[in-house]
Amino acid sequence: MAVLTDSMRERIRDLCTKYPQKQAVTLPALHMVQDEFRHVSLEAIKEIAALLELHPAEVHDTMSFYGFYRDENHKLGKHRVWVCRSISCMLHGGEELLASLCEKYHIKPGETTADGKVTLEFAECLGACEGAPCILVDDNCEMNMTTEKVASLVNKM
Amino acid sequence: MAKFEPVLLARIGKPDSALLETYQRDGGYSALKKALGMAPEEIINTVKDSGLRGRGGAGFPTGLKWTFLPKGHPGPIYLAINADESEPGTFNNRILMEEDPHQIIEGIIISCFAIKSNKSFLYLRYEYGKSYRALENAVNECYAAGILGDNVMGSGFKCDIVLHRGAAAYICGEETGLIESLEGKRAWPRIKPPFPAIEGAFRKPTIVNNIETMACVVHIVNKGVEWFKSMGVPADPNNPRDAGSYGPKLYCLSGHVNKPGCYEVPLGITARQLIDEYGGGVPNGRGIKAVVPGGISMGFLSASELDTPLDFNGPGKVGCLGLGTAAVVVIDDQTSMVDVLYNCCRFFSHESCGQCTPCREGTAWMTKIMHRIRSGQGEMRDLDLLAEVAGSIGIIPGTTICGLSDGAAWPVKNAIKKFRPEFEEYIQSKRSTIKPAELLAVH
Ligand SMILES: Cc1cc2nc3c(=O)[nH]c(=O)nc-3n(C[C@H](O)[C@H](O)[C@H](O)COP(=O)(O)O)c2cc1C
Ligand code: SF4
Ligand code: FES
Repeated sequence: MAVLTDSMRERIRDLCTKYPQKQAVTLPALHMVQDEFRHVSLEAIKEIAALLELHPAEVHDTMSFYGFYRDENHKLGKHRVWVCRSISCMLHGGEELLASLCEKYHIKPGETTADGKVTLEFAECLGACEGAPCILVDDNCEMNMTTEKVASLVNKM
Repeated sequence: MAKFEPVLLARIGKPDSALLETYQRDGGYSALKKALGMAPEEIINTVKDSGLRGRGGAGFPTGLKWTFLPKGHPGPIYLAINADESEPGTFNNRILMEEDPHQIIEGIIISCFAIKSNKSFLYLRYEYGKSYRALENAVNECYAAGILGDNVMGSGFKCDIVLHRGAAAYICGEETGLIESLEGKRAWPRIKPPFPAIEGAFRKPTIVNNIETMACVVHIVNKGVEWFKSMGVPADPNNPRDAGSYGPKLYCLSGHVNKPGCYEVPLGITARQLIDEYGGGVPNGRGIKAVVPGGISMGFLSASELDTPLDFNGPGKVGCLGLGTAAVVVIDDQTSMVDVLYNCCRFFSHESCGQCTPCREGTAWMTKIMHRIRSGQGEMRDLDLLAEVAGSIGIIPGTTICGLSDGAAWPVKNAIKKFRPEFEEYIQSKRSTIKPAELLAVH
């Protein structure tokens, strides 16, 4: 059974026309798969490789370099909440925020809540230091956060 | 001091500033129109004469870089735009892209025309979702309006922009790491030469430039060389190698300041002026212990060095690595430099791509030593050990492929030199300031 949907295949083929080499579509294809399935399985890697005319090991090599992608043993929750721990956020309590969220949701950075809703992560500078401490919810930045504000965002998810 | 009237940030904060309609109403794409009527070489010379130096961190003269492309190359030539912006403290590219994406696109098309490239890849860090959506919309508007595509504004020039999202890795900001990542590989920086201008993305001549550099190009074409050179710090006539620091610059101010934000001022403002006149001083009436002059890679200014002008040469004169991204982070006098340095070390060991042993091992060991010190188990000789490791990694000593490790070394070198008594006192006290979160978070 194929893992990639027809629409994904079509989008991947379409992207291939924008680059001089198909391999360049590796990251976009991995994003597509992970966004939808919350991880990238070995089977998905093989199918991406076939579409890009690569060896699966090449796709896997690239994927494993970026801590961003998750394999089938480390699936993501429905949403991913990244808490910045770099300098400007640290000066405004970013590390304490991360610790208190870990405590609140009974998970460590990298883990997912029991209901599968949220994967909590630490992040390096999110490029929003003027609003420290900040977090990233999927790919939306939220500034000037407190534990309460994060909790209310999570409740609305 | 009269407040400088922003140019690069002129449209930020206005209603619908990201849309084509408002951009054109404000005179947008007039620089492109002008450029399309010039010869490409003429644009390169204009940028060269302006003295514009790249805003991404290295400060390399932009026009000069463009002349490194092989003459008469049959193509393709690529323009890779570096929007990976991940240096801690830095957020100016994000503001430009989110709020004024057409200004960036205009700069990209002009630059493509100048270097005879028909295609630009804009490499955007994944975290910038809002930037991505603003750019995507702006690019679509441009295709629909004939500003991008096969016939740019009816000139016959063909130009495409491809938006490419990264995957949360700092090293993708290093220009050859970016190229490898764009090609779909692990972001391992390449050994140079060959420089990207000779052999870059997809083995073709490639120019890599920062987002803010693109914004500067628009206004240089529009307002001219004299205008750009009227701002900043002129080249030192006694130093033939000094390229000067001309034009406006986006300074990012964060940390312990009352009004953090991105401020546009001519190059050469001092850290003190920036903090007092723009940042509204330090909260709670506290003093300043240290200031990061341009992203943590650049090291630290001590409280006695706050009158250092933040131009391309200023920070280097007081032992910092350089101006970097001009991201200024203020650290108040109640903050422990031991905590700050640990935070910096941890960043670099997390972000080292692992390709060069001195960088991979050196950054990891510096973090471990800092952890040991913070847990109350440090010894005096750890400070010399840190200095030794920091002195042995990087392009400057010649042991690594890219500058990440110079950036990792600099905060260590500066902190141990400028704040040594504080580190000694901390070690002697045997106290521990490790916070619960750090025990949870892995390196
Ligand atoms: C480790 C490392 C990270 C970098 N990150 C960035 C970045 O995020 N954005 C950027 O424009 N330049 C970054 N640079 C500098 C680039 O290598 C390159 O000099 C720059 O993109 C060139 O553009 P410019 O001349 O317009 O500044 C980085 C360099 C190093 C060594
Ligand atoms: S210096 Fe560090 S980050 Fe740069 S290539 Fe070597 S290992 Fe990678
Ligand atoms: S340090 Fe947290 S966003 Fe920059």
